[in-house]
Amino acid sequence: MNDSHEPKMLAFLCNWCSYAGADLAGVSRFQYPPTVRVLRTMCSGRVDSLHMIEGLKSGFDSVLVFG
Amino acid sequence: MSTGNEFNCGLDSRAVPSIRYAQAVPQIYSINRDACLGCGICETVCLAKAVRYADEPRRTQIEVGAVIVAAGTEVFDPLKLDTYEYALLPNVVTSLEFERILSASGPYRGRLMRPYDREEPKKIAWLQCVGSRDINRADHSYCSSVCCMYAIKEAVIAMEHAHGPLDAAIFYMDIRSHGKDFERYYERAREHGVRFVRSRVHSITPGKDGDLELVYVDDQGRQQGETFDMVVLSVGLQAPREVVQVAQRLGVELDKNNFVKTDSFSPVQSSRPGVYVCGAIQGPKDIPQSVTEASASAAAAGMLLHETRWKETTEKKVTAETNVTGEPPRIGVFVCQCGINIGGVVDVPKVREYAKSLPFVTYVEDNLYTCSQDTQVKMAQVIREQGINRVIVAACTPRTHEPLFQETLIDAGLNKYLFEMANIRNQDSWVHSQDPAAATAKAKDLIRMAVAKAALLEPLKETLLDVIPVTMVVGGGVAGMTAAKALADQGFEVHLVEKSQRLGGNARSLFRTWRGEDIQAFVGSLVDTVENNPQIKVYKSAELTRVQGFVGNFTSELLLSDGNRTEIRHGIAILATGGTEFKPAEYLYGADPRIMTHLELDSMIMAGKAPRGEDGATVFVQCVGSREPQHAYCSRVCCTHTMESALHLRKTNPEMPIYVLYRDIRTYGEREDLYTEARRQGVIFVRYDVDAKAVVKAAPTGLEITLNEPILQRPVTLKADRLVLSTAIVPSVSEELGQFFKVPINEDGFLVEAHPKLRPVEFATEGVFVCGMAHSPKSIDESIAQALAAASRATTLLSTDKISVSGAVAETQQAICSECGTCVNVCPYSAPSFNTKGKAEINPGLCKGCGLCTASCRSGAIKLKGFDDSQIFAMIESV
Repeated sequence: MNDSHEPKMLAFLCNWCSYAGADLAGVSRFQYPPTVRVLRTMCSGRVDSLHMIEGLKSGFDSVLVFG
Repeated sequence: MSTGNEFNCGLDSRAVPSIRYAQAVPQIYSINRDACLGCGICETVCLAKAVRYADEPRRTQIEVGAVIVAAGTEVFDPLKLDTYEYALLPNVVTSLEFERILSASGPYRGRLMRPYDREEPKKIAWLQCVGSRDINRADHSYCSSVCCMYAIKEAVIAMEHAHGPLDAAIFYMDIRSHGKDFERYYERAREHGVRFVRSRVHSITPGKDGDLELVYVDDQGRQQGETFDMVVLSVGLQAPREVVQVAQRLGVELDKNNFVKTDSFSPVQSSRPGVYVCGAIQGPKDIPQSVTEASASAAAAGMLLHETRWKETTEKKVTAETNVTGEPPRIGVFVCQCGINIGGVVDVPKVREYAKSLPFVTYVEDNLYTCSQDTQVKMAQVIREQGINRVIVAACTPRTHEPLFQETLIDAGLNKYLFEMANIRNQDSWVHSQDPAAATAKAKDLIRMAVAKAALLEPLKETLLDVIPVTMVVGGGVAGMTAAKALADQGFEVHLVEKSQRLGGNARSLFRTWRGEDIQAFVGSLVDTVENNPQIKVYKSAELTRVQGFVGNFTSELLLSDGNRTEIRHGIAILATGGTEFKPAEYLYGADPRIMTHLELDSMIMAGKAPRGEDGATVFVQCVGSREPQHAYCSRVCCTHTMESALHLRKTNPEMPIYVLYRDIRTYGEREDLYTEARRQGVIFVRYDVDAKAVVKAAPTGLEITLNEPILQRPVTLKADRLVLSTAIVPSVSEELGQFFKVPINEDGFLVEAHPKLRPVEFATEGVFVCGMAHSPKSIDESIAQALAAASRATTLLSTDKISVSGAVAETQQAICSECGTCVNVCPYSAPSFNTKGKAEINPGLCKGCGLCTASCRSGAIKLKGFDDSQIFAMIESV
């Protein structure tokens, strides 16, 4: 792994809070690493442990659940 | 050509033709004629031929049955106060200018800088009451009501934006944090390090390199000098200059400050029938109150015009839905450039070509603005022509734009759930603008994820629910009765439930409003009207014992005074359970008849037992039980109440010494005149600290009240014949009420609305509304406005016979259900229940589609439509 490696992240975001927050980060033009992929759910309670494992199996270095 | 950007208060410049501000509706360019040279080139160079250069304002006539005046307010011009040198000193800015400085879309893109040298200030002072509470130079006797809170907010945000420590100091006379949850915000700001200095600063003098010198007198009477990098003038609100002509044209009366005149019992009714008013044109007020009044004025107009409801409505033609079941997916992808917002970073043509290569994608195009009206028309046409049965828009966020595109799907005859968005603006181009290649790669990924999900989307059915056009109002005080009457006057049936033996609530014990109106006469006639209204059924001494159901379809059980129970079926509930006066355990309350609360004094006055002709002193103590840990909020109405009582006592007993012991006087808005009048009439105000409260001794010859006098800085003892305690208002909201309607209660015991500014009388639970003191302490005019607002929001549901709820809900597959009951336990909305076969079944009317049950179901028996496992896995695996 070299120094420039940015971990690939899968983020489950709740429509009402963290997804809205990610939208607001855009409105505020906050810059962050482009290696995160967002999957919107209507509630973080929707996220099953199987979804997280599937994320890791599919090659993501980490999985985030925000809600 | 560029000119000063008026939206940023002239702190930067912009082109003469511009969109006035980012949220402007409609989002259309216009030419600033004051700065335009008059060449007219824009008309010839515009390829779309969108410019009509010689366009002139046109007169048009509209026939209406009612007018609502919401003309707003403007800020005070500080040039009048020459000692602040606003015109000469660049680092003296108004609070509105400072708002723009802090804003990400402002002149400095949200970087905290001062105008003189664009350096980050290390020390900022806010001067309060600039153009407010000033009859000497500003000619505004009133308090502007909002400046204390915005100054505190600006100080807190400035500290957050600063790169190092920031010394933020607010120079004030009284901090007026009288709104819901405002006191806590003030306390947090203090803990955060904002300095509060009780002093009115006379002048600002220039220092070195743009710095500013303030000289002021502190609490102890000592002269202090401090240098600041920047000074913010907390400018007050005033009626717009044009308002006098507008009022004349409309034929409505204005008050002495040129605000539209109303009375306390009809707070949104102007002097002319059929003309209503809301917002700060009626008097200085904040956003929650303005939004509440907006709904209230709509209710008032609705009461006048309800017979013509739906008479001039044009119904939208609904296109028949195409059946796509069994068809292979044919996905259409629309990639938006959003002007340069996306197109300036993401390589849109490349993304478009890439999307064409994805499975099931049959059509791709890119648009300059996918959301524009002409694109929508084109999109519907393309969907039909190309036989597209799944649609993806790669653009901004579904949170704002999904409903718009879903409308287009409906117009094209597609089920609106066959739609997915890829967020390539807010979560891509805007946040990776430094790295176009990575942003382009991410856009491709996001579209690929959307395509993977879209292929698995199914058409969903929305549940149509009947709305029982009946409302139950809980609480028979002024708020509850006003809401009931507002609905009954529009022809809707109302059940009004009151737990005590009679209607009227707290208003029964109140003497006069702050404008001097007779409350008893008003309440008496309101009770009569309500009790004799055939549309309102009143239940007194009744208790709510059970509530079942959901919006449009509630069943509630009441326990009546005779021990019988009755059931009410209703579509809507309005919660107006009010509040009561707090009975304190300090200041010897209860131990001596000469020590009483506000309401007890009012009752004495009304019973004719008030002191008359005596000259023994009366002492009022403010904030008894408020703004302390037990009730950490301001009760809002007590300061004004004390002024009314003091002035009344002064009128009947001109010789009586009257003292008011206070922490901050909060006579907000035009109520400030009462405070001024009380001081003019010799009422003596003594400030006290919460840590050094007055000590009361009850001697047979009189009460002795000892406290530290802050100006003399020594203890003084006041001899008095009576002590009136301005006690807190405590909510009468029971925990069961919250549980019955699934509505939240805050730590102070008040009901929590869906959004303090945007939805001030609604809850997240649909079909349930709040008004009056169950929401927060408020005066009678504010309670009435909020009650009308609740009725107005209720009307939006009552006036339709059916409402549809989202089709993206959970559904159990009964064959696999193991009857464990986990879903029944975890659901916050009580949507799942066991059916007659013992299997879990989900009521689509109650389900909010959160998916908690789906993730918790150990048998995998619950499908969440629109967010099902197969769809989520497809998205994950596609990346």
